[in-house]
Amino acid sequence: MLREFGIDDILLLLTGAKWTVLLSLIAFTGGGLLGLMVAIGRVFGPGPLKFLIECYIRAIQGTPLLGQLFLFYFGFSIFGFDVSAWVAISVAMVFFSSAFLGDSWRGCIEAIPKTQWEAADALGMSFVQKLCYVVLPQAARIAIPSTVGFMAQIVKNTSLAAVVGFVDLLRMGQLVTAATFQPLTVYLVVAFMYFAMCYPLSQWSRILERRYNATHQH
Amino acid sequence: MPLINIESIHKTFGKLEVLKGVSLDIAAGEIVVIIGRSGSGKSTLLRCINGLEKVESGKVVVDGTEVSAAKADLRALRQKIGIVFQSFNLFPHLTIEKNVTLAPRVVKKVSPDEAKKAAITALERVQIANKSGAYPSQLSGGQQQRVAIARSLAMSPKIMLFDEITSALDPELVGEVLKVLENLASEGMTMVLVTHEMGFARKVANRVVFMHEGKVWEQGAPETLFKSPKTPELAGFINSVL
Amino acid sequence: MSYEFSFKPVFRNIDLLLEGAVATLQFSVIAIGVGLVIGTIGAATKVWGPKPLGFIVSCYVDFIRNTPLLVQLFVVFFGLPSVGIGLSASQAAIIGLSIYAGAYTVEIVRAGIQAIPRSQIEAGLCLGMGPLQVFRHVIIFPALKVVYPALASQFILILLGSSLVSFISAKELFHAAAYLDSRTFLPFEIYLVVSFMYLAMTLGFRALFYVLGRFAFSGGN
Repeated sequence: MLREFGIDDILLLLTGAKWTVLLSLIAFTGGGLLGLMVAIGRVFGPGPLKFLIECYIRAIQGTPLLGQLFLFYFGFSIFGFDVSAWVAISVAMVFFSSAFLGDSWRGCIEAIPKTQWEAADALGMSFVQKLCYVVLPQAARIAIPSTVGFMAQIVKNTSLAAVVGFVDLLRMGQLVTAATFQPLTVYLVVAFMYFAMCYPLSQWSRILERRYNATHQH
Repeated sequence: MPLINIESIHKTFGKLEVLKGVSLDIAAGEIVVIIGRSGSGKSTLLRCINGLEKVESGKVVVDGTEVSAAKADLRALRQKIGIVFQSFNLFPHLTIEKNVTLAPRVVKKVSPDEAKKAAITALERVQIANKSGAYPSQLSGGQQQRVAIARSLAMSPKIMLFDEITSALDPELVGEVLKVLENLASEGMTMVLVTHEMGFARKVANRVVFMHEGKVWEQGAPETLFKSPKTPELAGFINSVL
Repeated sequence: MSYEFSFKPVFRNIDLLLEGAVATLQFSVIAIGVGLVIGTIGAATKVWGPKPLGFIVSCYVDFIRNTPLLVQLFVVFFGLPSVGIGLSASQAAIIGLSIYAGAYTVEIVRAGIQAIPRSQIEAGLCLGMGPLQVFRHVIIFPALKVVYPALASQFILILLGSSLVSFISAKELFHAAAYLDSRTFLPFEIYLVVSFMYLAMTLGFRALFYVLGRFAFSGGN
């Protein structure tokens, strides 16, 4: 039943890639929203909240994503929720992304000089106004290059979804390998497809960073 | 045969011609001070002597070796030419003693004991032997510059080049470095200095070379040069710095 | 919601997990070591090497950094045998992790090298040192010092990433966990304990890097 690796297999891989993209978008959007809360809570929250958020960041950055994925995957079922691999990996990726983005954005918020706050104070702005009109817009400009770079990380990390059976690009690669028995060809094509998704993001991030550094040399 | 023989060298950076045919002979034991406005090419001239800058035409010969030749053995040559920079350029990760012993050890393959002895001697010559265990960042600018001189001296060079070595120092630290230079001069070392310290030039130099727009504009004994400049450019320069 | 946690069977087999953790540390340390060698040579090649070699290094770095580690491991373990390069699981794991670690380390070390002022290199050359001597005695140590925090973070990521070699059946902590799961059917408890073990290892590594940094880069500025 073996067949030669051909155009049909490329198309199959592309359907897998579609799910990789979708999963990445969910992880980035969800992780971004949660990450913003993480960042703001970490910078402005009361002491205990800061501490809890710090623990959260440390725990996620200090354990393998694989462990987090398994904990959600098996955890949902033992608490009586029957969820698919799709949901488990999405939730795991959202938490994972939120910790990294939150930590990185925290640094960006803290990089805004005190004088900016004082200037906003002098104009009689409320805390939320200061945050939304003065601080976050400036912090966002600092955050963009590394955030774009992290999007490539997310795409790569979604490949773990394959190990819990979710049919993303890598899992499709495994299936095609089983049918064609040409692992080297298939996995190299899979690798190039990931590359095609990640490389533009990495390069874009690099260009943004250079542009940012060029305008902020002083 | 002069120790350093420079024949009509040219050097450009991009579109800027920095040296426009400079010739200069320096004899063994001579102390030559090069003066001139910034951008006149004095530092570049100095850097051409030990091959840090490649000349485009002309010839630089030091102690019988043609520096400007395509396959000159710069490593061997540089062991004979010490250079001290405006910005000290000590190695920040090494102690004072290790800064001084590094080159003798790895370049001359001197034994660690011998290197250490030579280092102590060199550090004594610049009166800073008591700091041998410290790191560069723990020293004042004047002290760092003296260590940089010792680092070059430890290689027992025939020639010492000094590139505006007091320009980055606080005024009160300039004196201690000039004192070390005077001592070196009195020991008969061949020295080429680029400096803005006119008092020092007058006191120590055998010859002063005034560079202007990439050329040797005027040269001679310090007294005659400073007292009766022949060109309006030198007269203007002397007026502006004195 | 009637699940009862039972950690006892997990702790009864903690030896198994600890053995796995030791293997994880071995894989990570080897990959970090080889990665540092690749990274240093690669960075030097990119900065000073001939253009074509530098380009090859850039291709390697970009390719590895823009594809998932899991896919790289699959290429090495499942792919290479079809061109006659059969590797054991642990060989493939070490090779895959080292290639991965090397690519990230190249970029980090390169940043460090480029942070060293040109005047330092000149000072070395002016003392008669050759390029290799300048690299060894003048550049590499301060360069590594500049990027030490970034290197330490990268090494932690390699430790965490090494968990993926379990999917090419290399025996390490996650492999041991899967085995234990197949005998006890307590995946949640097992992966919770395993996660804490990784947390302990990353905290341990951070502490180690901190102490090493204080020790190795003491003095100087």
